[in-house]
Amino acid sequence: MDWTRHDLLDLQDLTREEIELILETAKSFKEVSTRDVKKVPALRGKTIVMLFFESSTRTRASFELAAKRLSADTINFSVGASSVSKGESVLDTAKNIEAMNVDMIVVRHKSAGVPQMLRDHLDSAVINAGDGCRAHPTQALLDLFTIQEKKGRVEGLDVAIVGDILHSRVARSNIFGLTKLGARVTLCGPSTLMPKDIEKLGVTVDYDLKNVIKKVDVLMMLRLQIERQREKFLPSMREYAREFGVNKEKLKGAKKDILIMHPGPTNRGVELSADVADGECSVILEQVTNGVAVRMAVLYLLAGTKHEPAE
Amino acid sequence: MSLLIKNAIIVNADGEAKGSKDILLEKGVIARIASSIPSENFKVVDVEGKKVLPGLVDLHAHFREPGREDKETIETGSRAAAKGGFTTVMCMPNTSPVIDNAMMVDAIFQKVRRAGLINVIPIGAITKGQQDQELVDMFEMKKAGCLALSDDGKSVNSSQMMRLAFEYAKMVDILLIEHCQDPDLSAGGVMNEGYHSTLLGMKGDPGLSEIVIVARDIELAKYLDTRVHLAHISLKRSVELIRQAKAQGVKVTAEVCPHHFSLTEEIVKSFDPNAKVNPPLRTQEDVDAVKKGLKDGTLDCIATDHAPHTQEDKEVGFGDAPFGMIGLETAFGLGVSELVDKKVLSLPQLVEKMSAAPAKIVGLEAKGVVAEGFDADLVVVDVEREWEVKAEDFVSKSKNSPFIGKALKGCVEKTICGGKIVYESK
Repeated sequence: MDWTRHDLLDLQDLTREEIELILETAKSFKEVSTRDVKKVPALRGKTIVMLFFESSTRTRASFELAAKRLSADTINFSVGASSVSKGESVLDTAKNIEAMNVDMIVVRHKSAGVPQMLRDHLDSAVINAGDGCRAHPTQALLDLFTIQEKKGRVEGLDVAIVGDILHSRVARSNIFGLTKLGARVTLCGPSTLMPKDIEKLGVTVDYDLKNVIKKVDVLMMLRLQIERQREKFLPSMREYAREFGVNKEKLKGAKKDILIMHPGPTNRGVELSADVADGECSVILEQVTNGVAVRMAVLYLLAGTKHEPAE
Repeated sequence: MSLLIKNAIIVNADGEAKGSKDILLEKGVIARIASSIPSENFKVVDVEGKKVLPGLVDLHAHFREPGREDKETIETGSRAAAKGGFTTVMCMPNTSPVIDNAMMVDAIFQKVRRAGLINVIPIGAITKGQQDQELVDMFEMKKAGCLALSDDGKSVNSSQMMRLAFEYAKMVDILLIEHCQDPDLSAGGVMNEGYHSTLLGMKGDPGLSEIVIVARDIELAKYLDTRVHLAHISLKRSVELIRQAKAQGVKVTAEVCPHHFSLTEEIVKSFDPNAKVNPPLRTQEDVDAVKKGLKDGTLDCIATDHAPHTQEDKEVGFGDAPFGMIGLETAFGLGVSELVDKKVLSLPQLVEKMSAAPAKIVGLEAKGVVAEGFDADLVVVDVEREWEVKAEDFVSKSKNSPFIGKALKGCVEKTICGGKIVYESK
């Protein structure tokens, strides 16, 4: 199939074939990063801006490396928390950057929908690097890539996503990606951090992690933000770690070849014990490696299409 | 100067008159209505069989003056109201500073006179600075001309404060209007909580935040045997509670906004910041329930909650955008398109909800009816005419409407306030 999209906003929009095309393309790019000279000329002359309204270390670094390995020119535009004062127009900032003739904008913002807004008003290709609690499509794509690589398939697998589902854009994007590719998804986490009507997305909710661990092929752990306790969602971190954290002991009932994933950075001792995070089932660092390949694939595919004005 | 309106089909809340009538307006009142009035030396307007309704009355608008005159002023708000067929608008006190003393009320009335278009009546705050700490001087506010008080924009959060407010307002005989929203349950919410907020990853405001305050205020009004008016009711459960309270004789009245009977939360997926409103757009089930509530009388009136915001303030992304949409210029068209055309209400019933009932709720006894002796506030409408909502056509200073691009039926042709034509369509 041919790639026709100009922007990547979330996985909800994509067809199974489109997701598979990205994963396929990423496979060929993964090899580039293992070369001595880690560069191909695919995007020579293209300019890609990292427009981050919310702090990020690894996602931004990953996008930047992906762009550079494709020979694109990149600049970082981090809008610090202080300058995103109330009243500053996100759109105005983005238009100013676009006026410097950039080709692609990789954007992250704390508000859901900001990438859509930019897409509707800009000619540059817009890539969502995370918007609020809504979507983080490239994270989900790299997770799918990693599962596919390790298990040879996604279809028919049982995957659990564990932790703070309510505030997780990683969870939302993965739910769409995994279900589109035919995996069965179980969500597990404290009931106060489980969003309303989430079952309507075609997933199962189970609050008993021990039970969940027994049946799944993949365990995707989410990062718990420490603030959630202050916000009264949780009685204590101690209880959270006991009920929803994974350690060697809890893994005893698991399948031998279970994959342990985490979007990073991990709270060691909270959602994952150190021995599990560094253990043989963990593919956390491979996720990071694959992130570069997947983002190279996304940038490469999007660069080949023309902008069509929003309807 | 006198004005003679010829060939009008008069539509009041109690029905549509048979045959056309002439209406003579003198000294701000309806002097005479007859089959034919000779046009001596009056100014004559022949409406050629168009429908003439009592001027519309809105119990809930934000004119942003003082403080945010870049969004709206009393003058531009009045102009928008006149274009929408409104001749009386009550404006909310959550301005900067808050309208919580008689001096401020006087200042608003002075601006209204200077605009010289329609009747704008300020609603005073319930608590000083809307801070939930001390009651406003209610006797003084009433003497200054307030017909109602409200801390709109938020609830009176303390139940004890609200109890005291009800008791005092009962003695003063002034209406309290409650914005029903529990601040803890709704904290941080930007849209209705449910499947769509889950899908969009946005913090939901559960309907529960409205319901608990509706229930609380009904119980307070019942216990203290006093009246309460509930603003912008948006939920099925609220309608049920109000219906039950009315059946038990509680003196509760309630309003619904055009957007809450026209739109559902689904449009939020477009991330149009103009669809961000408080209370948020709800589900189809709620839309159906508020329509039913209008039909069976549980919901007494339609109010716009006209809430202008500049483009600059709105274009910061859905999550950060302020709540509110403008409504004065689309309310009548939505009433006709969504209620009359869809057989929820008859045209006279729409007149009841948009003019007679709201006038009665705040005690405007000379308004809301086209009859001899009543105020000369009229609106000439064409209920068949279709028009498209366009950003450039709004006369409000702000254009934040989610209805832009939508075709509506029911058009205001002329608005007459105090016997004077204040708006004429092109």
